[in-house]
This record gives sequence, C-alpha cells and structure tokens, in this order.
Amino acid sequence: MRTLTYRQALREGLDEELARDENVVLMGEEVAQYNGAYKVTEGLWDKWGDKRIVDTPISEAGFIGMGIGASMLGVRPVMELMFWSFHSVAFDQLVNNAACVRYMSGGLCHCPIVVRGPANGGTNVGATHSHIPEGLFAAFPGLKVCSPATPADAKGLIKAAIRDNDPVYFMENTLLYGNVGEVPDPADGDFVIPLGKADIKREGTDISLIAHGRSVIHCLAAAETLQAEHGINAEVLDLRSIRPLDVDAILATVAKTHRVVLVDESKPFGGVSAMVSHLIQEHAFDELDGPIKRVCTIDAPAIYSPHIENEQLPNPKRIVEKVLSMI
Amino acid sequence: MSALNFANSPINQSLTPERKIELYSQMVRIRRFEQTGLQYYQGGKIGGFLHLYIGQESVAVGTLSLCGENDHNITAYRCHAHALASGMNMNECMAELFGKQTGCSKGKGGSMHFFAPDKNFWGGHGIVAGQTPLGLGLAYGLKYLGKEGCCLCFLGDGAVNQGAFHESLNIAALFEIPVIYVIENNGYSMGTSQKRSSSYTGCLAQRAEAYAIEWDVINGSDIYEVRAKTQIAIERAHKQQKPTVLEIDTYRYYGHSVADSKHKGGYRTPEEIEEYKKSHDPISVFRNKLIEEGILNDELIDQINKDAKAEVAAAVQFAEESPAPTIPDISTDVYWETDNQTEASKIGHHFFA
Repeated sequence: MRTLTYRQALREGLDEELARDENVVLMGEEVAQYNGAYKVTEGLWDKWGDKRIVDTPISEAGFIGMGIGASMLGVRPVMELMFWSFHSVAFDQLVNNAACVRYMSGGLCHCPIVVRGPANGGTNVGATHSHIPEGLFAAFPGLKVCSPATPADAKGLIKAAIRDNDPVYFMENTLLYGNVGEVPDPADGDFVIPLGKADIKREGTDISLIAHGRSVIHCLAAAETLQAEHGINAEVLDLRSIRPLDVDAILATVAKTHRVVLVDESKPFGGVSAMVSHLIQEHAFDELDGPIKRVCTIDAPAIYSPHIENEQLPNPKRIVEKVLSMI
Repeated sequence: MSALNFANSPINQSLTPERKIELYSQMVRIRRFEQTGLQYYQGGKIGGFLHLYIGQESVAVGTLSLCGENDHNITAYRCHAHALASGMNMNECMAELFGKQTGCSKGKGGSMHFFAPDKNFWGGHGIVAGQTPLGLGLAYGLKYLGKEGCCLCFLGDGAVNQGAFHESLNIAALFEIPVIYVIENNGYSMGTSQKRSSSYTGCLAQRAEAYAIEWDVINGSDIYEVRAKTQIAIERAHKQQKPTVLEIDTYRYYGHSVADSKHKGGYRTPEEIEEYKKSHDPISVFRNKLIEEGILNDELIDQINKDAKAEVAAAVQFAEESPAPTIPDISTDVYWETDNQTEASKIGHHFFA
C-alpha cells in the first residue's frame, strides 16, 4: 500500500472534502497564501482559490464565531487553530455558541463545523503553547472530539468530521505531522473512519495500554520493549475518538487482559483517562486483576526546558516502568 | 427633536396606512407581551432572568420591518421584541418563558434564548457580545451562498467594549461582509452608565471609523427615523456588501433585568425615567404622528390595545396549559446525529452517566 505523511494524509482528506461539497470552506491564520503554519493546507489555496481557502486575521474569537454563524446557514467551515492552545481566546465561541446553540434553540440551529489544529506538548514552546484540551472539550455535551495517531486515521477521521452535522474538535499533533504510514489509495474508494470507533493497534494478552494521539505511538514502542525484554505481551487500544467514545472496545480489551494502563498526554486531574478509568471501574470492575494505573503528563504547566520536557510527558520509558510496577 | 421629518423619506412614504397601523400594533403587542410576562415572573411562573425591552420597541420593529427574504437578524439576551417582530407568535414565546415543551426552544432556552431560523431570527444569546461574531458569520454565509441579503446584529451599549465585537468589526470591514451592527444604546450597561463604561469621542458608533466602516446615529424614539437610516445601511449591505454600525439612542423603563433593583433611584433618577416616558416613548411618539396623519383615532387605538391584550391572555393560557419538558427531553437536541438516529449516532457512546 502507498504511504503518506500524517500531514499529507490530512491534506488529502481536506482536498477530497473540498471537492465533494462546495459548501466546505477552510479558514484560519496562514492557511491560504502562506500554505499553513505547519503546511497541512499546502497547495490548497493554489488549487481552490480565495473563496474556499480563507486567510483570517489573528482573531480566533472573530473567525471561529464567524464560522459558527455561517454554519447555521449551511456553510461547512473547517477552521484551523494554529495551535489548539489558542482556544482560550475563543472559548466563549467554542463552548457557549458552538456547543449550546443546538440545545438552547430546541434543536432548531445546527452547527456543522470542524475546528482543527495541533494540540500537543513536546516542542519546547512553554506552557501557553502546549495545552492538550481534548478532555476539556469532551466535557461539553454538544461537542465531539477526536485525536488521530496515524496518517490513515487522520485522513479517515477528518473526512468523517467534515461530514458530521455537529461541531467536531479535531486535535492533531505537530510531532506526528511528519510520521509516515500506509493510507488507502483514493482509487480504491472513499476512505472514511467513523467517529466513535476505537482501533486495536497491537494485539496482546497480558495488559491493555489505552491511549489516543501521540501517546499511542509511545504505547506501541513500550509494547515492543515489554515483549522483547520482559516477555509481556501488551495490547494497545487507540481510542481515536474521545467523544463519541468506543466504550465497548475499552471494556472488551479489559475483559481480555484484566490489567490496564491508561496513557494520556492530558494532565491527571479530570483528563480523558480519568473518564476512561471511571467507565472501566463501573462496567468492568470484576474483570480487573489490579488497580487501573495511568501515565499522564506530570501535573504542572508545560516546562520549556528541552532537557526535561519529554520526561514531563508520557513516553515509552515511563510506560514500561508503570507496567513493570504492576506485574 | 430632529429637524428632519423622516416621515417623508422614500422608505416611509412607501408605507400604506395599513402597514403603519401594523407597525404601531407590533410595538403595542410587544409591550403588552412583556408587561404580562413581568406579572407572571413576579408571580413565580417564569424562572431565571427577564430582560425587558419596554421603551425600546421602535428599534426592533423599525429595523426588522425593512427585512426581506434574505435578511437575517440575531441579538443578545433582551430578545423578546426581535422574536415577535421577526414573526414569531406569542404562544411559543410565552410558553418558552414558562419553561414548557411547546416553547420555541422547547423550554431549553428561556427568556434569553428565543430562536426561529425559519423566520431568519437566530436568537437570543446570553453572553454580552457573544452574538456579534455569529451575526458576522450569518452575513458571511449569505455572501458565500451568493444571496443578496444582510444580517442585522443587535447589541447593547455595554457590548461595545467586548473584544469579540472589535474582532467582528475588523473582519466585517476586511472581508466586506454585509452585516449591520445595531447598537441599542439605552444608556446603561446594567448599572453602569455609558460615561462610566465607555471611552469615546462623539458617540459609540464612531468607533467604526477606526475600522473604515460607515456609521450613523439614530433617534430611537422616532420609528420613521429608525427605518429611514437603517434602510441606507441595508442598501449598502445589499448593493456593496459592506458593513455599517448604527447606534440607536433609546431607553429601557425597567432594570437591566427584573432582578435589577437599583435601576430606579439607584444609578438613575425617577425623573430621568419619567422624562423619557413623557417625551420620547416610541409608542406615544408614533401614535401622535399617526393621529396627526389621520391614520389612527381613539377607537382604533383602543381596539389595538384590546387585541394585544387578548392575544397575550391567550398566550398565557396556552403556556399554562402546555406540558413541561420531561426528563428524557433533557437529553435531546444535544447532537444532530443522535436526534436524527443516523448511522454515525450508533457508533460509540455520545452520552455518559
């Protein structure tokens, strides 16, 4: 199968949706003439022009609110946040307007938007640029959140997100943009991955590592070490979508291995893994052979220092250590 | 009073006597609706906040009377008048205040969140200035979809200091978006007067100059002036796809909300309120003009009052008799996909216990 980078896969997904639906419009800071701060949208302005690919001023509350308003009339804006960390200056639009307008109107207003961009630590840019808000936004009913780990998932999920009739907050990762992976050829059919469907990235029998986003990649590396050096056969479940959440897949892997480590780039307090942990204890308590453990980002604002930032984040070494502490 | 007689502007000249009576009746209906709402609020039938529009009726009625098929509007939390002037009926509005299933938002929005997209009315928004980017987006959407229309986006004088409004003005001018921001200046952002809340030179609308946007100031007590000057902005939006900022001077007789106990004798004097009621009340001013024009007489005025009263009484009865939302209703209207039972809605859990 052909391979693409995560960035190329996303771009191909965006390009296909621009072609499929004339109401899809990409907007954000530097997405058009500059070709995207992280080059996700490279070449799309040349191909689609000013109407479909729109450079906005640095004005997140303004252009995200504008996209929400336009979506109520049937436009389907896909808005790039250069960093998801910038959500805070548009928070009212993201949670009061996008998440609540359908509800407060008794179902009369629709808000088919996508807000996408990178949400990750690990690039030595300090606390303000390293927020990981998937758990935060998944806490608002009315919103959907996903966080792909591989090029194929990035393409399949961005297409599903754009077709979805609810607001979808799509969290990418600057450290994954260059990763290469197999992605089905468009000639072989429309490749869409539905929201709400987790994916077992590695089959295993001894312990379940449940993660999303870049943590999945760390889990896969940790699983190889555990197998090679300790004879532990770990299963890696990639949530892919945070809300809707594939609870069945979570419970199934727990029932299979009976031990769980949740790996989550969020902070420990109230993160995605906190919710997953609750679901497991409520619905699969008797399947557990021991307490659920977590590897999260160490509970402090993101540190700048390149010498130490990777130690604050989940990484294969921390995952291996956590697993070994349990067995 | 203005030296110009706006009754003679072409857009007002084109009004038939029937249409003038209709505009007058609209204002009367809206006031009666809110007066009755206040009674039932005080009687404990309506929860939360109740932001009354009484005193400002000419703004919503005058501006929205100019709207055509592709003209949309959106406002903040003082939204009852815009809803009724957009063509919503009193039953669905009163039932919403009463928190009933038959309310326009099924009892999920309340006083601040009336909606009727089928009548081009997009709410009803609770956060000060939070609706200003949405109004921009509605107008952007019209332009994107190739429709000759505009969005009237209403905001209060307190909203002009919010960042979202300034971001919206910048984008509106930059992208040439047919949005008209209508500042309904009633002089007070809650309990803080304009002078204590805003830094400005001539007026609030003048801030538009910084964004190279056309602006105007309107005497809100004269519905003819409201219509004449708003029409210019609508034509600019339709023909040039350019934004406008209008500032309409108006006044509210009641507090910021009914819970605002300091509005009379606190941050403003009873004399100030009385002076507005006496000399600037938009309904009285228009009534006197229509009497002078020979269009209204005592009998008609009486009939209009009676009709409004009967309509509101029926709406109250409708609201009283309507069922309340049920516990299962709490979980609908959250996601389009789950409401419509789509394939996507069956994959994964959307809701959590």
